[in-house]
Amino acid sequence: MTALRGWQRADGRKGIRNVVAVAYLVECAHHVAREIAGADREAAHVIGFPGCFPNAYAQKMMERLCTHPNVGAVLLVSLGCESFDRYQLERVVSDSGRPVRTVTIQNDGGTRASIAAGRTWVAEQAAALAAAPAVPMAVSELVVGTVCGGSDGTSGITGNPAAGIAFDRLVAAGAACIFEETGELIGCEGIMAARAVTPELAAELRASVEKAARYYATLGYGSFAAGNADGGLTTIEEKSLGAYMKSGQSPISGLIKPGDIPPKGGLYLMDVVPDGEVRFGFPNISDNAEIVEMMASGAHLTLFVTGRGSVVGSALAPVIKIAANPHMYARLADDMDVNAGAVLDGTATLEGVGQAIFDLVLAVGAGQRTKSEDLGHQEFILTYKSFDPIGPACLPI
Amino acid sequence: MTEARSDGRLLLLSPGDSVFVLRGQIEAGETVLVEGQAVTVAQRLGLGHKIARVEVAAGNKVVKYGAPIGSATKAIAAGDHVHLHNLKSDYTPTYALTGAT
Repeated sequence: MTALRGWQRADGRKGIRNVVAVAYLVECAHHVAREIAGADREAAHVIGFPGCFPNAYAQKMMERLCTHPNVGAVLLVSLGCESFDRYQLERVVSDSGRPVRTVTIQNDGGTRASIAAGRTWVAEQAAALAAAPAVPMAVSELVVGTVCGGSDGTSGITGNPAAGIAFDRLVAAGAACIFEETGELIGCEGIMAARAVTPELAAELRASVEKAARYYATLGYGSFAAGNADGGLTTIEEKSLGAYMKSGQSPISGLIKPGDIPPKGGLYLMDVVPDGEVRFGFPNISDNAEIVEMMASGAHLTLFVTGRGSVVGSALAPVIKIAANPHMYARLADDMDVNAGAVLDGTATLEGVGQAIFDLVLAVGAGQRTKSEDLGHQEFILTYKSFDPIGPACLPI
Repeated sequence: MTEARSDGRLLLLSPGDSVFVLRGQIEAGETVLVEGQAVTVAQRLGLGHKIARVEVAAGNKVVKYGAPIGSATKAIAAGDHVHLHNLKSDYTPTYALTGAT
């Protein structure tokens, strides 16, 4: 088995990448952050929160992301007058043992001077991170997320079940695996709840999907894009049954919310739909919002199954792209890491593709770059939400 | 089961399903074998689309993966394309662009 390569963090976790996060704390600082990170997409990754109103969820997410195991140093880029609590964020990062610095555009001489100061600091940190020694890492130390995006009628019969097989292997090896989008599990709540390790957790799983169904009913749209229908999917329940296949067959060990770190290996459902009355709009406005939430829960990398052909990657954590549709694979092979569509051609089996995904997870954990990393994809999006903490039944001992 | 009652281009995901999934594109005018019955396809159907395996009465559930995926909005005959025009969600309505050619 491939030995993973990690960088040790003070909290005990290890990262499979060692990057500088350049984090803007309001959209008004985004340009400066982007200019600081510059064209070197290996060393510095831009993340951030665009809003100017305070939000506990966004604060927690940014704290978790800036202390993500793949992050070795953090530059905060503040305009100066935004509501985001940069002091607390800087404290949290500093307490994690990472180098951190804040550039405040209004105090540091504006755009040009802030970019110059930021670039100097990032270059120093990147050099230090590049020289930092790696340590061996076990599969059981990995946290892996999965999403599907740009789904079609092939997603649920090739890519998603293959990702599920890889998840089963990872869980068996002691890794923590996270699946999500309760809005895309509508109609699956009964079969999913039957896999919970306790009856109390089963009730929580069921309740999370019922909450999602209510939430989306109020909004008037399901988690269903026009392209899903072009690809042969007709209803949200049909899309859900396909999406559910990503979870594999392992028992479900817990229910977490964005930013909750899985306490041990096993399979976890992430409840991504906000609590309380409908506020701030759609739960996750596009696929990267889901990847960001899994990273906030510690995901080192994400399996992304696509039928129509999503090309995204992510800042901070590699994304493995799994093509479900063989016709799409033929058009977008440069963007895809795995061709699960070969199952429909009869040139591969689900079992074989699942094993290939598992092997690729280990290779990427050992340093191999994914297609989206090579292409410089570093999408990132974080918007407003609000959550209540999870209840005691969500993480049975 | 060696008797080919249905076309190899059609995929049955679960024994009790009321639909097949297309393993590839089928052109308008082509004939497919659905449960021993030859059916002519009226329009081009893409990979991943669904064809009814059995008759479904209006208001009844359509089953795929062994689970209901919504209700028929009109009577569906075996061999019919099953999609937005004859199936709707029991949860939230489906949004689709209608301008595509």
